[in-house]
Amino acid sequence: MNIELFVQLLVNGVIVGMLYGVVAMCFVLIYKSTQVVNFAQGEFVVLGAWVCLSMVINMGLPFWAAFIFTLVFMMAFGVLVQVVLLRPLVGEPIISIIMATIGLSIFMQALMNWIWGNNAVRFPDVFASGSVSIGGLNVETAYLMSLVLSLIVMALFFWFFRFSRWGLAMRATAYNQQVAQSLGVSVGQVFAMAWAISAIVSGIAGVVIGLVSAVSNSLAIIGIKVFPAVIVGGLDSIVGAIVGGLTIGLLENMAEFADGQYLHWGNMYQVAPFYVLIVILMIRPYGLFGTPDIERV
Amino acid sequence: MAHVPNPRPAGDFRTSYAADTALFRTRLEGRLTLLLVLAALSVPLWGSNYLLSQMILIGIYAIAALGLNVLTGMTGQISLGHGAFFGFGAFASAYFSSKGIPVLIAMPLAGLLTTAVGMIFGIPAARLKGLYLAIATLASQFILQDFFARAAWFTGGSYGSLAETASLFGLMINNDARYFYLVLFWVVVSFLMVSNLARTRDGRALVAVRDHYLSAEMMGINLTRYRIMSFGISSFFAGIAGALYGHYLGFVSAEGFTILLSIEFLAMIIIGGLGSVSGSLLGAAFILLLPQVMEVFAGTLAGIFPSIAQGSAYIKQMSVGAAIILFLVLEPEGLIHRWRLMRASWKLFPFSH
Repeated sequence: MNIELFVQLLVNGVIVGMLYGVVAMCFVLIYKSTQVVNFAQGEFVVLGAWVCLSMVINMGLPFWAAFIFTLVFMMAFGVLVQVVLLRPLVGEPIISIIMATIGLSIFMQALMNWIWGNNAVRFPDVFASGSVSIGGLNVETAYLMSLVLSLIVMALFFWFFRFSRWGLAMRATAYNQQVAQSLGVSVGQVFAMAWAISAIVSGIAGVVIGLVSAVSNSLAIIGIKVFPAVIVGGLDSIVGAIVGGLTIGLLENMAEFADGQYLHWGNMYQVAPFYVLIVILMIRPYGLFGTPDIERV
Repeated sequence: MAHVPNPRPAGDFRTSYAADTALFRTRLEGRLTLLLVLAALSVPLWGSNYLLSQMILIGIYAIAALGLNVLTGMTGQISLGHGAFFGFGAFASAYFSSKGIPVLIAMPLAGLLTTAVGMIFGIPAARLKGLYLAIATLASQFILQDFFARAAWFTGGSYGSLAETASLFGLMINNDARYFYLVLFWVVVSFLMVSNLARTRDGRALVAVRDHYLSAEMMGINLTRYRIMSFGISSFFAGIAGALYGHYLGFVSAEGFTILLSIEFLAMIIIGGLGSVSGSLLGAAFILLLPQVMEVFAGTLAGIFPSIAQGSAYIKQMSVGAAIILFLVLEPEGLIHRWRLMRASWKLFPFSH
């Protein structure tokens, strides 16, 4: 057994898993508060990365200014999508909503391919030193930053929903829209805000992934990887999204390890999460932390 | 469903159950359909090669879309894996014909094998619905795609596999005109099968599962059985269409059967009209012709703004996404609904109701 590779993949799994967790959180946030399944989540991530990158490279802004611009841009974009595309579809059957976000994802993919091209582009070096040594293990600064940033985002999420007035309004809306409305919560605003927050956080995740590897349109695959993560964790649980993201990130890398060292089947990295997904759906469709869907007549 | 003004033609009183479930409501409707088929039969005599190849592809996609319509439109189950089943049919038929089975027999065999595969992947559907089912079928799309790349004995791996030319009693079906008749035959057979399915006990059970599955279960409809059956039926048509597609191109490779194809099938039935048999044909034609119309459009625009020229491939893809969104927001019942409205306003003229 190759210990060094194993540890390396374990660390990779945790870092990638945290990023999956952040994106899964965005997905769950939208699903929980607006009952919309966002198949374009991966495109949101990529859009954030591209906007930040072109601000840095084409406009020559310093990184922090570009980052703040990206957050503002993503917020406006999230609200725009909600108001233009999904507000007319409130109350439509789930297939219409799924197809609308799939249509959005196709549209965005083509548009981003057109504007930014098919090649991967690297961020100019943002951090001074390439890597630091922790306990004898070389870890790249960018990885460390992504881990820290993921943790900060998660803590902010926790604070927002637990203690802020808006977070309370959003939790109330998720619990029961009619009751929330009768208590003076503007459901329309909550919907718009859910999309705005989700788009902002997706944008942050996109920038982080861009820093860690490089920006390219193929990153949108993360929007597909989110599905196993949210199903494992439970579709309406934010804690579940983080746990699910970590699980899938670790699973991917462990599958890679087992495959590369012993099995030699190839491509297990890609497919293993989907086998797990089917198994979970068969035995516990509401996931580890989700609420079981009980129907009464 | 929104109110559709649907005036009965004069003399249609429906005095028996048989009349109520008739395939065509009036004799005129039956004759018009027959006329349409006869007109299609004459296309190879006067149509250009381009028209012929487009009609072949429309026919093939229409069969697959029809299958998805049984699953999504009639039974209310979403499938994001239809493109993979389509691909499985293409590989299966190529495999059978390479083992010496005549192509015309290999096609229905491929359809049956795809049915079996579809029913296996339909097993999760017995417990799931709505979003969860969509995600489960998404997983089946990726698992099947992985299988195509992995099972070299079956699919030729990354090289793809050759599909042989069909022949009937020594007559090689080796040009577009002959292949057109083969596709037309399968289109007519599939559309008859699905139209008839809607009139049977099983068809009504599927609709009941869609409309209210709890009530359906209480009335003695076996949910598990009908949900899996619906997956089987839809996969059968996907398999047949895939087989026709493979032998038309003469070469099958895994790259064509991605999630994008599955989404295009869904777009076809949404644009055509969910649950409508003739809507499948309209939707298939729409999705196939839209990129070509957009290409001409982009070409014209490029004359004015030269910078658009290199974006025409992206404009084509964007138009598909935009079409899905616009139809969902503006015309959720599809093209067939527009057609019914037009027919009704023609009949009721000059009164609006």
